[in-house]
Amino acid sequence: MVGIITYGVYIPRFRIRVTEIARVWGANAEDIMGGLGVYEKSVPDLDEDTATIAVEAARNALKKRRINPQTIGAVYVGSESHPYAVKPTACTVGEAIGATPAMTAADIEFACKAGTAGIQICMGLVISGIIENGLAVGSDVSQGAPGDALEYTAAAGGAAFLIGREDPIAIINRTCSFTTDTPDFWRRSGEEYPRHGGRFTGDPGYFRHVQGAARMLMEQISTSAQDYDYAVFHQPNAKFPRKVAQLLGFSAEQIKPGLVVPHLGNTYSGSSMIGLAATLDVAKPGDRIFVTSFGSGAGSDAFDLQVTDMIECRDLYNRSGAPTVEDLLKDPIYVDYAQYAKHKGKFVMQA
Amino acid sequence: MKDVAVIGVGCTTFGEKWNHSFRDLFIEAGALALEDANLSGEQIDALFVGNMSAGRFIEQEHIGALIADYAGLATKHIPSTRVEAACASGGLAFRQAITAVASGMSTIVVAAGVEKMTDITPGQTVDTLASAADREWEGFMGATFPGLYAMIAHDYMHRYPLTREQLAQVAVKNHFNGARNPIAQFQQEISIETVLSSSLVADPLRLFDCSPITDGAAAVILAPLEIAKQFTDTPIKVLASAQASDTIALHDRRDISTLDATVEAGKRAFHQAGLTHRDIDLVEVHDCFTIGEICAIEDLGFCTKGEAGQLTEDGVTALHGDLPVNTSGGLKACGHPVGATGIKQIYEVVLQLRGEAGKRQIEAERGMTHNVGGTGATVVIHILGAC
Repeated sequence: MVGIITYGVYIPRFRIRVTEIARVWGANAEDIMGGLGVYEKSVPDLDEDTATIAVEAARNALKKRRINPQTIGAVYVGSESHPYAVKPTACTVGEAIGATPAMTAADIEFACKAGTAGIQICMGLVISGIIENGLAVGSDVSQGAPGDALEYTAAAGGAAFLIGREDPIAIINRTCSFTTDTPDFWRRSGEEYPRHGGRFTGDPGYFRHVQGAARMLMEQISTSAQDYDYAVFHQPNAKFPRKVAQLLGFSAEQIKPGLVVPHLGNTYSGSSMIGLAATLDVAKPGDRIFVTSFGSGAGSDAFDLQVTDMIECRDLYNRSGAPTVEDLLKDPIYVDYAQYAKHKGKFVMQA
Repeated sequence: MKDVAVIGVGCTTFGEKWNHSFRDLFIEAGALALEDANLSGEQIDALFVGNMSAGRFIEQEHIGALIADYAGLATKHIPSTRVEAACASGGLAFRQAITAVASGMSTIVVAAGVEKMTDITPGQTVDTLASAADREWEGFMGATFPGLYAMIAHDYMHRYPLTREQLAQVAVKNHFNGARNPIAQFQQEISIETVLSSSLVADPLRLFDCSPITDGAAAVILAPLEIAKQFTDTPIKVLASAQASDTIALHDRRDISTLDATVEAGKRAFHQAGLTHRDIDLVEVHDCFTIGEICAIEDLGFCTKGEAGQLTEDGVTALHGDLPVNTSGGLKACGHPVGATGIKQIYEVVLQLRGEAGKRQIEAERGMTHNVGGTGATVVIHILGAC
């Protein structure tokens, strides 16, 4: 049975409040917080980027389970903010965890769902027997143009999932995807910030694809929302996942543990994966989890997971071996907009 | 001059129509109007289409020929003319069609309006709409339409007894009507609290004081009244068609709280029709912002200056009040695809006069439409009556 062998998360410690960003742009913070349901977002340190976050997340995954890194035959890093246009982040991660050189690696881009696409690729390689374990990472230092609506939510963070067959902590029963050519959000090569179609990102983008993949999966395996203990959806803000959950018949309780966006922001490729990690942090053996990611452009990957006894088998798996999502969200250091601008490299420094 | 009648009407649903192109919209509206008039495209003699800014909204000019072509009329070589007067483009297209039929130059004429506004960013849309104001003296100084209408509202509220709640009631009333209109963009009722707690756009106007960005198209078919019964049992007669202009910049007006072009065109329309205000059973006014409806009711002469707020609060302008205003939901709730709005107003009045307005049906024999371009630099008014 293919499934999750271990997972790890990393979130930078810095936060900026929506009120602080709104102050700079003369916007009404109450309106923004009311509309988005987001109150603060994570900010990377000066020297943190997608690669360092991916490495931290991968290392946290391996802290929880004793895995010979040489059994990891593939590393995929999904991101919208790879530090290099040419030179894979995945190689850095593979090297950092000791998985090189007998491994394949690649960076993946599919807006906010590149990480879950990596999980699917790893599943294929594991099921086919080509590799024993594969690591799929979603990591971003998300971009949002100054003053744009995205700036209030674009956050930093990542999650890493090791996919394999041997004693998974959660079995992946099934996955499917719903993909179309829909230009709701994009960043052209060489451009610094993404652009988006405003309200077009809603119904024709997020809602069509998330519902499309979710309903497709539930139809394929004859399940309904009531069959799951938890559900996780891509969370660009708090409004969209709450609404789509309701449309699909999931309750507020089912999505609660995985809805991390209000105090984290949108970590793009990390978003639904950190939501899944937060849910696994509190899950018990037997719990069934429904996950649907979303990437603009556009597509959604849906997953049906079942938590196994292995998650509580302390000989094999140490749940407290690395920080939980809750741990990582605790005790933040708040920065003002000037520090935020420095951390995000918006000042041109003299050599 | 021949008497003119409306023999068929059609309208798309209004909203963010992501899956419909500009062409899809006008073809759908046109086909609905032809079906309503029991006509085939071959019988059309001329076409007038109101469109404000396809050049900027979808980078397409030469709309007249485009529409004739995609309506399948290219081989018939009919005259097809685009008419532009900003948000009054639709009303003006209808007026041009009337003159074509009344003069005897054409017999069966289509007047249509279409706008596809959601293909560009909201910022670009706001700027495109701002081109209906004076670009050199207003636009370049940063004025947008919410800003200009906010100045009207400020001036009005300083001089006349209009409360913030009364202004909100305009939106509440129009959403009530929109909730009974199957083509409306917003079919939800709202409360005064909804308006007062919505985001501030341009003080004192809040989000729910403003009409939305909308895709949509409407078409109506005109013919000489003398042959109208060949096509329909319920022709609607055009009783008056009036148009007036004013300064394009708001600051050049005699009085910024009174749209003199509305006053003038209104007087001309009543004179032409030989009617008074008491003869009008419903009026579709140009409520691009709630203050626009307040000014329109007064400037058309339905009450004296300063009274429209109280009339609105008292329910006089409500669906079953003494003077129903914007039974369609108006621009606020039905939506405002700028070039199509003037034709949609005709569509609504025709449905009401025919008794086909469903859940929002009122008793009506005569109805008026009031279509404004810019902040009142162009006003087009029509009066229609059941035969």
